[in-house]
Formats: sequence, structure tokens, C-alpha cells
Amino acid sequence: MADYEWLKPIREMVGREYGRIIAWDEVNPAMVRQWCEVMGVENPLYTDAEYAHQSEFGELVAPPSMLQSWCEAGFYRDSYAPGSTEDNPYTVLKLIEAEGYPSVVAVNSELTFERYVKMGEKLYYTTRFDAISEEKVTALGTGFFVTLIMSYFSINDSGEDDKVGELLFRVFKFKPANPVARPEKTESGLPKIKRPKPGISDDTRFFWEGCEQGELRIQHCKACDKLQHPPAPVCMYCHSFELDYQLASGKGQLYSFVVMHYPEVPPFDHPNPIGLIELEEGVRLSAQLIDVDKDQLQIGMALEVRFETFDDEMTLPLFAPVSAAAESLT
Amino acid sequence: MTSMKTINFNDTNPGDKLPELEIPVTVALITGGAIATRDYFPGHHDKDAAQELGSPHVFMNILTTNALVQRFVEKWAGPQARFKDLKIKLGVPNYPGDTMKLMGEVTDKDEVSQTVTVALAGKNSMGTHVSGTVSLTLPV
Repeated sequence: MADYEWLKPIREMVGREYGRIIAWDEVNPAMVRQWCEVMGVENPLYTDAEYAHQSEFGELVAPPSMLQSWCEAGFYRDSYAPGSTEDNPYTVLKLIEAEGYPSVVAVNSELTFERYVKMGEKLYYTTRFDAISEEKVTALGTGFFVTLIMSYFSINDSGEDDKVGELLFRVFKFKPANPVARPEKTESGLPKIKRPKPGISDDTRFFWEGCEQGELRIQHCKACDKLQHPPAPVCMYCHSFELDYQLASGKGQLYSFVVMHYPEVPPFDHPNPIGLIELEEGVRLSAQLIDVDKDQLQIGMALEVRFETFDDEMTLPLFAPVSAAAESLT
Repeated sequence: MTSMKTINFNDTNPGDKLPELEIPVTVALITGGAIATRDYFPGHHDKDAAQELGSPHVFMNILTTNALVQRFVEKWAGPQARFKDLKIKLGVPNYPGDTMKLMGEVTDKDEVSQTVTVALAGKNSMGTHVSGTVSLTLPV
């Protein structure tokens, strides 16, 4: 297959060497032990100093397959230890990507070990852009196999750095054959905190259904003609089960109140004033107070109901001071 | 525990099978393994990020796969075996909830260097996650 024009400069880069990427940490027993713990590696050579002392090393060594970990960037990606090269050894992948090959998958990882590394050794690696294939068509898609060779060294005081191992790393940089449909991104990954819902029973349902219709329904005893709130299965005065409801005007006065300062529970605003409202029909009910500053709350102040719908699914009776404007309308 | 006993070079023969090892793939192993190898690529610890990349869940990083291959071979070979190389080819991803079964057998022996080569494969419910070879020197 004839090469693309844009590939020529990339092919000319084959063989290019990239500078040192230095380990953040010396080879150390804490990172080794934690690695062994997670991976389930139980070889005492890496964690049992007494055992390791009897080995040909005379001391603890790091697990060989941990070699690459020492020189990883870490939490801040592409941030390498001081003294590391500014050059990006993966430049070639970015150049290919710019030509319309967005995906990448690792294909081969081939580690070879010259020797095991001991605690206290400081490692670095250099990278060589080893090869790029012809354009290949695979089940994944169409693209190029790119091979990098990383050589790992231990920094030696004498200046003669000592090669400890090598990694051949091959990736396939490609245009996907079947692009994956990405799930739609939500505006924010965080769940919306909703207002808590009341528990609704057969005895109380009429009250909440009334709210949805903008009616303040108060339970009424057909036997003794008294009103009661909150709704109950039986009349609290005469114990009759013969109950229905009457519509309250929604007007009343502040009988008592409390202001919630703490804890601040979403989705409520804080401070959050809660009133005990005595309706003009004579019963009291508790509700959130709105459109009023907590410092202006006064026992006896005139209030009226406001039905507000929350989360498109629940309507609650809240109470606000009767405004001069509203009063003038009545 | 890894057996403290190391297998003797003279007791190995091409065709010898390694004991199989089943490794439950969990979110904890994938994320813990990524962090233990200092690999903070989001697809290894952040499910949302992984899904945006088209994966159903976080997926195991290569360095954890390397470690599990080492564990599998070392568990059989013992603490005096010395790794000369560990060469793998990567296949289908390891996702949480799956199990990877590692299988291997001795394929080659070099008398001069006392080196054996083990060919291995790690398979999960979707297919082969890893295949490759490990060369080890063993005591005589």
C-alpha cells in the first residue's frame, strides 16, 4: 500500500530517542509491600527481609514486573519528576491521531530483566520510537502498529548508569471500525436532591390530593361536627369513624414557630423557619414559612396558604405573611 | 502463601502444566491495582470516565495484568525462580464481576542457562485477556 504523504515525516522519526523520565521515588519497601498486597503476590523475597537476606541478593528486591511502576507520572498525568525530559515520547501517537486515528489499544507488553532492583535504587527510562507498521485493517479498525522501546536504568554515583531492564510496548492507533455510541453526558453527574416526600396512607390521602388541587382540606367528624388535624383514622373527640373533610380558607395566624439553623439539609434553604399555624377554622397545622425574614416573624401575625409544587411531583401547603396588596384584594 | 519450595530445573519438562489460578476481577482489584502501579488513568478507577470511553465499567490496567501473570507463575515456580522476561499480548478487557482463569505450561527448557519458558493464557467470560510467555531461571 502506498504511504500517505503525511506519514513521511513520521517514518523519518523512526529510531528517534527521547530523554530520561525519572522515577519520583526510589525503589522502596512500602510501595513494594502495598503492590504485593493488592496483587496477591506472596513471595517473601520482596517483603520478608530475613528471607531476602539469605538470597543471592542479600537484601529485599522489588518484584520484577513492577519495573514500569517506578517511573509512572502518578496522580498528575504527564507530570514527571524534576530532571525528566520535556519531550513527549508519545508524540508520534499524537501526530497519527491528528490524521484521523483517534483510538488506541495496547497490543504487546514485553518486559525483559537484566537484573532485579534493590531498595534505594533510583530508576529512569529512555524511549526509542522503534517502528511503525504499514496501515493495517483489523477487526477493531484501520490503523498503525507503533512500537516503542523503553530502557530502564539505575542511577549510579559513578556515572556509569546500569541498565536493569527493557520494555517493548506496542500499540495499535486506529480509526474504529464500529465507533462506540457514547452515552449521553448528563449536565452534572451528581444526583438531584429532592424534597422528602410525606408518607401517605388511606387516612391522609385526601389531604395531599387536596393540595394538588389547591385545596386545604381539614378532616371533619360527621358525628360530632368537629375538625381535627393531622388526619387520623378516628375522631379524637368522639371516636367515630364517620369522617370526611371540609375546605379551610387557608387563612390563619402564627401560633408558634421554630427556625432551623442546623444541620443544613439539602434541598432546604437555611435558616429555615417552620410555623405552627392556627387556621381561622380553629385547628393548627405545621408548615414551612416562606417570603418572610426570620427576624420579622411574630406570634399572631396573619398568614395565608401558598401551594407550591416541588420536583414536579409533590404539592405542599406553605404559609406566607398576608401581604398588604393581597389584603386589599379581599 | 507461595510455597517456600522452589521447583528444581531438573524436575521440569516441556508439557508440564502449571496449577490453574482463578482470580476474581473486582472494582477493588482494578482500582487498587492501578493505584499500586501508579497508573491514575481515569478508565481504571472512574466508572463514568470508563463509560465515556465506551467501556461498561472500569477496566484492568496492563501493569496489574503483568503483576497477576508474575503471581501465577511465581506461585508455581517458588521464591528462588528468577524472571528473565515477561512478554504478554493483550486481548479482551478485564471488567469487574468477571473471573480470570490463568493456565500455563512449560514449553521450552534451556540446559545451559537453566531457563524454562512457560506459555500462559488468562481467560475471562469474554475470551482471552492475556496470553504470552515467561522465562525463568530455576535452581538445580
